[in-house]
Amino acid sequence: MVIEKYIAASCVISRNVILKNGKNIFENKHADLHDFLLSVYQHFNIVYPKFYKMDNLSKLGWLAAEILLQEFRKDDYRPEETGVILSNANASLDTDLKYFETIKDMPSPSLFVYTLPNIVTGEICIRNNFKGENAFFVSDHFDAAFIEQYAGNLLDLNILNVCICGWVDVYEETYKAVLFLVKKEKEDILFTKENMDRIYKTAVT
Amino acid sequence: MTDVFIAADNILSPLGYTTAENYSQLKKNVSGVKLHNNTAMSEMPFYAALFEHNNWYVKDEHIKFTKFEQLLAASIANALQNCSVDTRDKYTLLIISSTKGNISLLETEAKSTELKERIALHTSAGIIARHFHFVNKPVVISNACISGLLGILTGMRLIRSGQYKNVVVAGADVVSRFILSGFQSFQAISSQQCKPFDKERDGINLGEGAGTIVLSSDTMYARSIKVMGGGTSNDANHISGPSRSGAELYQVIKNTLKEANLSPTDIDLISAHGTATIYNDEMEAKAISLAGMQSVPVNSLKGYFGHTLGAAGLIESIVTIQSMRENTALPTKGFQNHGVSEPINICINLQQAELTNCLKTASGFGGCNGTVLFSKTSTN
Repeated sequence: MVIEKYIAASCVISRNVILKNGKNIFENKHADLHDFLLSVYQHFNIVYPKFYKMDNLSKLGWLAAEILLQEFRKDDYRPEETGVILSNANASLDTDLKYFETIKDMPSPSLFVYTLPNIVTGEICIRNNFKGENAFFVSDHFDAAFIEQYAGNLLDLNILNVCICGWVDVYEETYKAVLFLVKKEKEDILFTKENMDRIYKTAVT
Repeated sequence: MTDVFIAADNILSPLGYTTAENYSQLKKNVSGVKLHNNTAMSEMPFYAALFEHNNWYVKDEHIKFTKFEQLLAASIANALQNCSVDTRDKYTLLIISSTKGNISLLETEAKSTELKERIALHTSAGIIARHFHFVNKPVVISNACISGLLGILTGMRLIRSGQYKNVVVAGADVVSRFILSGFQSFQAISSQQCKPFDKERDGINLGEGAGTIVLSSDTMYARSIKVMGGGTSNDANHISGPSRSGAELYQVIKNTLKEANLSPTDIDLISAHGTATIYNDEMEAKAISLAGMQSVPVNSLKGYFGHTLGAAGLIESIVTIQSMRENTALPTKGFQNHGVSEPINICINLQQAELTNCLKTASGFGGCNGTVLFSKTSTN
């Protein structure tokens, strides 16, 4: 059965600007990606030592999820009814290149583990104890219609009651994260491809 | 709810170029895993299942296929020959699953914007879609070692939702220095033929290959095998090590049985992930035990194909489907002495058995787990 679903929160990070539910909540214009991500971590007073071990894709997606979920009461849901459905264009190529540089000398296991795009999903799940459905899709651009269909179907079938979904892409200094918190409880913004596209387009370019 | 049938399938591996060729080798207990001295891939000799001949060479009129794309194209072409699914139909979709796709291009090509695009999985998927004249934009899944299985699940869900009538799910991975060196750096490569669930198991063998399953809601395939359900879960525990309890794989097995309205003892065979690492096999044994399925025969096919990464869920599902057609359960090659803490029932010999309901499981980095359940249709 198709039921109404809502975008309870959104977080958009691009060009060193963070938009939470459409509002600019942080910017650090002149830093490179590494320094920018560290400045976000410090600005929001997060304490999570594992953050320092992550690659840029995981740091970006994980920070976006931290900000997205600031008001989320995860204890209201069972771990297995919360899912994470993500997508991007470049999979883990940014870290693949960094790992590949180490092969000639001493292959780095700590980089190799990040040569999969869905590691960022794992990092978000570990932090929040989310144990429901996960999937990572690769497409040349953000495919809101597909995400609406796929995540919406899991919510309609009650396989999930909450879903974190969206886009997390990093290649060298070019990056973008657009995450949505989707719930069944009534909110102002309906979970539709039009609303996702509209929010996606608010990203600073 | 719409039934989802297996319309056709193909396995392309070092053991053979069709499902039938592969299955005939498996019944003879032949393994594709061999010792290789290939210094382009590794300074040390290593065991893996690699293609030695490229007889499956397929050409495209527009572009030079990479090895990864050739594997996909050859596998899809064979599967499409064995059914009447129309790729040009607007209700037909292509799904491509892979963990690393064209990553080996890093080893031969200079870094450039063109290379970045050529490596992107959506580029390969677009090339394959055009080659076979699919009209819909393909869906690409890259979710570590459950990618192939998740392709089947996604196809099933899209057909059940009514959006498509046919979904061609294809997955492939190619062994390269990139991948091999990574697993070596993890100390995860076995120094011998891998031994799933065995006391002496010490890691994986890598393998390369492709698998294709054509899913359809068309009742012309009703005298076939049905996809009954499945799902995924996350351990939320560690990015490179499985759950210590198996609770999250158990959770998704439990949900899958509920979805299919079956009880644990209705399952005739579990085709496990069984990578032959200490922790994976132990986790799976715990999950199977938690599910109350200790007596259900379990096999791992990694001793035959190696770990084919993003293709594994497809190749191993197709073997399981062929086992159901032939009512034979395959042994776990490499297994001798029970080496997991739970008393699960590891298949040792080739057995004739009526296989009605079979469960395929997979798990991977990032803490992901997946299941898919196949049943014979009542008209079978």
